[in-house]
Amino acid sequence: MTDKTTPAGATAARKPAAAQKRRGWDRGALGRRLGALPTPVKVLLMALLVLLLYALPLLDLPILSTPDTDFGAVLFTVASYVLVALGLNVVLGYAGLLDLGYVGFYAVGAYTVAVLGSFQAQLSWWMLIPLAVIITTISGVLLGAPTLRVRGDYLAIVTLGFGEIIRLTALNSAWLGEARGITKIPRPPSLELFEIPNLSWDGFTAFVDLDNTTKFLVFGVADQAPYYWLALTLIFLVLGADRMLRLSRIGRAWEATREDEDAAELMGVPTFRFKLLAFATGAFIGGLSGALFASRQGFINPISFPLLLSILFLAAVVVGGAGNRWGVILGAAVVAYLPERFRGFEEWRLLVFGLALLLLANFRPQGLLPPRRTRRVQAVEEELDALEEGTARA
Amino acid sequence: MPETPTDGGPGTSTSSALLSLENVSLQFGGLKALDDVSFEVREGEILGLIGPNGAGKTTCFNVMTGVYHPTSGLVRFAGEPLGNRKRFAITRLGIARTFQNIRLFPNMTALENVLVGADAHHRTNVIDALLRTPRHRREEREGEQTAREVMRFMGLERRSDELARNLSYGEQRRLEIARAMATKPKLLCLDEPAAGFNPAEKAQLMNLIRRVRDSGLTVLLIEHDMGLVMGVSDRVTVLEFGRKIAEGVPADVRDDPAVIAAYLGTEADTEETA
Repeated sequence: MTDKTTPAGATAARKPAAAQKRRGWDRGALGRRLGALPTPVKVLLMALLVLLLYALPLLDLPILSTPDTDFGAVLFTVASYVLVALGLNVVLGYAGLLDLGYVGFYAVGAYTVAVLGSFQAQLSWWMLIPLAVIITTISGVLLGAPTLRVRGDYLAIVTLGFGEIIRLTALNSAWLGEARGITKIPRPPSLELFEIPNLSWDGFTAFVDLDNTTKFLVFGVADQAPYYWLALTLIFLVLGADRMLRLSRIGRAWEATREDEDAAELMGVPTFRFKLLAFATGAFIGGLSGALFASRQGFINPISFPLLLSILFLAAVVVGGAGNRWGVILGAAVVAYLPERFRGFEEWRLLVFGLALLLLANFRPQGLLPPRRTRRVQAVEEELDALEEGTARA
Repeated sequence: MPETPTDGGPGTSTSSALLSLENVSLQFGGLKALDDVSFEVREGEILGLIGPNGAGKTTCFNVMTGVYHPTSGLVRFAGEPLGNRKRFAITRLGIARTFQNIRLFPNMTALENVLVGADAHHRTNVIDALLRTPRHRREEREGEQTAREVMRFMGLERRSDELARNLSYGEQRRLEIARAMATKPKLLCLDEPAAGFNPAEKAQLMNLIRRVRDSGLTVLLIEHDMGLVMGVSDRVTVLEFGRKIAEGVPADVRDDPAVIAAYLGTEADTEETA
């Protein structure tokens, strides 16, 4: 009786608590502590972090900086890997589709900019980027439409082939520049507004170097910081979009498809359509990164897109923790940054990298920053193991 | 050798038939999984579908939900043939099911599992999600409301933030029903919902199935537990070796010699085992 008379009141009382719990569950322990801070502090912290990220190439911090390569250039490489990893995370982490030819999308984006910007036509940069993204997305749909009917290992093999097909097509087509590649790819248009002085370091004391300045915003050859800023800005946009998709019907459909495709289909999820959407979204982001790469580089050829790059992208996502956007960002940063940081140990570089991957696979197979739920499941399973051991002993 | 199968059956009052199988056969190579099966589920009833192991009960479900398309014959839902509709389209039409072996989305929370069901009728696309359009917001709100209602109905409201794989066995079974109900079906197909339940849980489930029916749904129930099936069903259809061998109200079916033979074996068999 009482239950019937106060259902509205009961739900109203229960709801905020449940909603809070749900939000809290999505975050780690650190996230919860941060979440407890008052809003102005949170906003301030976020703003500082963003500012720090933008200022990185100017600060050139001694421990972070790469002694053997231009730090701005390394940061750009890291940022483009992060972008790629975010794209691959949609395909692999959310929808659970193993794509071994992701470099193919990266190459399509880069080649679109190169061919339409320099080799066959001279379109403006502002046209090139959207065109590159659209064409890559279409290539994602074209690849996905026939291949997403196969599952698991078979999909991995087909996509592996796709990556190679793109590279070999470029290598053997005169209109794609063959092995010589394509030069004079247009850079982003510059607009010179003001100059920002860089920091210089003498040991651990910093001084403002007025002779060494970064022109805002000139996309040249020597100073790579503006490319990094551009890539970083795009990362923020992609992150926002990623979050919006994840917290919607689309993210749920991807996840359900990953968990149990047949059950998802029988619960009303058109799984094929959503897998295709994941592929297209991944291609979109991969193409964007490739287009940026080409317009920074100014020159591309088929050697720029080896199979190894697909494997590295995959490593970035898996190392970081597939399914967690912060994890894959960390993974991409590690995969792209560490080899540059330790370029001094040239001949040991790949060995150490391989060893690190092996250790990681052995001791932390779920990645550096796995999705929250994986961590929680693990905690529960460990607890159960402990309990079982306890009863066995008793 | 035993009694002649009661063919055709009393399925004449087509006006109230929500789902009907008309001479459905399904062949896998040389194996006839379903052999000329006809029966109907009437609107608002609880129909029990029983038969020994391998009789074709789950295959019937698979034919109704589009997992298999019949080799011959027709499945009609609300008068319309299902034809070659995809599985998700059939769900949207109003047939929802659970699985004999639990098939939840284990790494999603209980609430998210049910939300996926509620999403069956949602139209939010990428643009809606990116721009947080009114459609997205309305569907999210409605979806969550539906999901929470269904979960309360199933007694799972306290478990909504738990991962599906961390729920107890009984809760997982109930969550499957909740997920199916969130798709707002007209016909709910339960595939052995009481498997592994103790008597108290079975009694609870019987109660629940009746409440589902009373809320306006039609229920098709596959179940091995005779007490449960006979207690809750309005009518019972019996399959054996892919054929229908009996149909009727529980009391009649229970005494049907063909059914007894199917379950207990014929006299010759009994002598052998005894």
